[in-house]
Amino acid sequence: MNWRAVQTVFNHEMARFWRTLWESLASPALSTVLYFVVFGAAIGSRIEKVEGVSYGAFIVPGLIMLTVLQQSIANASFGIFFPKFVGTIYEILAAPASFIEIVLGYVGAAAAKSMIIAAVILATSYGFVDIRIAHPLWMVAFLLLTSVSFSLLGFLLGLWAKDWQQLQIIPMMVITPLVFLGGAFYSASMLPPFWEGAARLNPVLYLISGFRWAFFDIADVPVGVSLIAVTFFLALGMAAVWFIFRTGWRLRP
Amino acid sequence: MAAIISVQNLSKSYASGTVALTDVALDIEAGEILALLGPNGAGKTTLISIICGLVTATSGRVTVGGHDIVRDYRAARAMIGLVPQEIALETFETVINTVRFTRGLYGRGRDDAYLERLLRSLTLWDKRDAKLIELSGGMKRRVMIAKALSHQPAILFLDEPTAGVDVNLRREMWQVVRDLRASGVTIILTTHYIAEAEEMADRIGVVNKGRLLLVRDKTELMHEFGRKRLCVELAEPLAALPAEVAAEMAGRGLSLSPDGQHVLYEYDTRADRSGIARLLAGFAAAGLAVRDLSTEETSLEDVFLRLVEETP
Repeated sequence: MNWRAVQTVFNHEMARFWRTLWESLASPALSTVLYFVVFGAAIGSRIEKVEGVSYGAFIVPGLIMLTVLQQSIANASFGIFFPKFVGTIYEILAAPASFIEIVLGYVGAAAAKSMIIAAVILATSYGFVDIRIAHPLWMVAFLLLTSVSFSLLGFLLGLWAKDWQQLQIIPMMVITPLVFLGGAFYSASMLPPFWEGAARLNPVLYLISGFRWAFFDIADVPVGVSLIAVTFFLALGMAAVWFIFRTGWRLRP
Repeated sequence: MAAIISVQNLSKSYASGTVALTDVALDIEAGEILALLGPNGAGKTTLISIICGLVTATSGRVTVGGHDIVRDYRAARAMIGLVPQEIALETFETVINTVRFTRGLYGRGRDDAYLERLLRSLTLWDKRDAKLIELSGGMKRRVMIAKALSHQPAILFLDEPTAGVDVNLRREMWQVVRDLRASGVTIILTTHYIAEAEEMADRIGVVNKGRLLLVRDKTELMHEFGRKRLCVELAEPLAALPAEVAAEMAGRGLSLSPDGQHVLYEYDTRADRSGIARLLAGFAAAGLAVRDLSTEETSLEDVFLRLVEETP
């Protein structure tokens, strides 16, 4: 293993994060404050407790998941798309590093950024609501698995995209709707039976449900199913990476 | 000398159907400067892209320092530095950081003393903390070279190093290449500037339509394919060549200049007898006084054009 290459890519990607620290952290923190103002204070004050949890606290796991999914995809896809766009990808391909090492560097950095942003959102939430995390280790485990899985997905998106429009279309048209419809701001049990059934087809529901379970011990689906779902995403991403590793898809003509 | 790069039966067809290389075989010797010369689209960049790991070959085998570029790619690639044709840099990065990044990718630990020597040799040390966007085109090209040399490779590939570069910068780049060769680095450069190959290379490979037409020592190539022209300046102008001289040298490329002052004679440098002595003896017999003699060699450009035109 060329660990130094992994570390070099990781540090390079994190350097961009630190360079734009204010933008990187202020934007999700501001969004969180706005969500709390709109959903927590304005609307939440008129909503009764959801399964024994105040609405303001109930939306915290969903808010974190929403941002983690978006940031993981955005950071990882940009990370690999940018060298493709400016042409510096040549030195990554010519380096004595395997594709796995390159993926580790980019995906590791994107996932690390997501984890930091998640911590900032969680810290911001404490300013608005009282939260007690029922299963802190599971909370971190779900966060880590989700960050890595969706960073992998983002990496694949960055490889696939041929222009900036393609880079943005998947997060905008697929991920954001799935998160909104995946129970970020409500419990699936609050939906009419048909829509509750339809919601169960949404893979993101399982992530949010498992994550919410780690916080409040309540879930739309059994936590084991959530764990299987997130592991499935991870396996899917890794299989795609393996395919690219074997074929050089979109990398080596 | 031992071959540091060995290319055997290398072919490449792209998914689009374009055949970029056909059965290329080439040995590159350690420490030499090899120029791959060919028109645009000849397959030069595809050839070096395969050796450097950017493009996958359709068939054939390449070894670098004895390491197969597919099975033992780490060892093979660690020996290679590549300067691509296009300047590709992250413009908001600093010079030192971008060079450190490349070194790290190649698995090499930080070595500030080496990077200082490298940047000084490329007159970039004073600009080490400058952002790349602030540098001139020439400096950016030197940064590309610094990146390629950051991991101390034994082999450097320069793909069209002076394409679109002004005369001063071109000479500067040539000097950089000479200095590198003096330090023991094997250099392979692609170019479609014949003057560049003529100026720089020890050996020249001519590539056209995906085939390597030949690889020869530069002087041998000039000798083998070159022709020379003798220009005899006469003391008195002639209306026509003397009949006996014309008959003696019939079919051997003898002509009289329009002003009648010069006799031009083209001869093959490979021939056992150039015919010059016979020509001058003929002049003496005809009573012609010669004022001056000069010879002119065929340029590499003529050799190249002949080879390329002959490609089926």
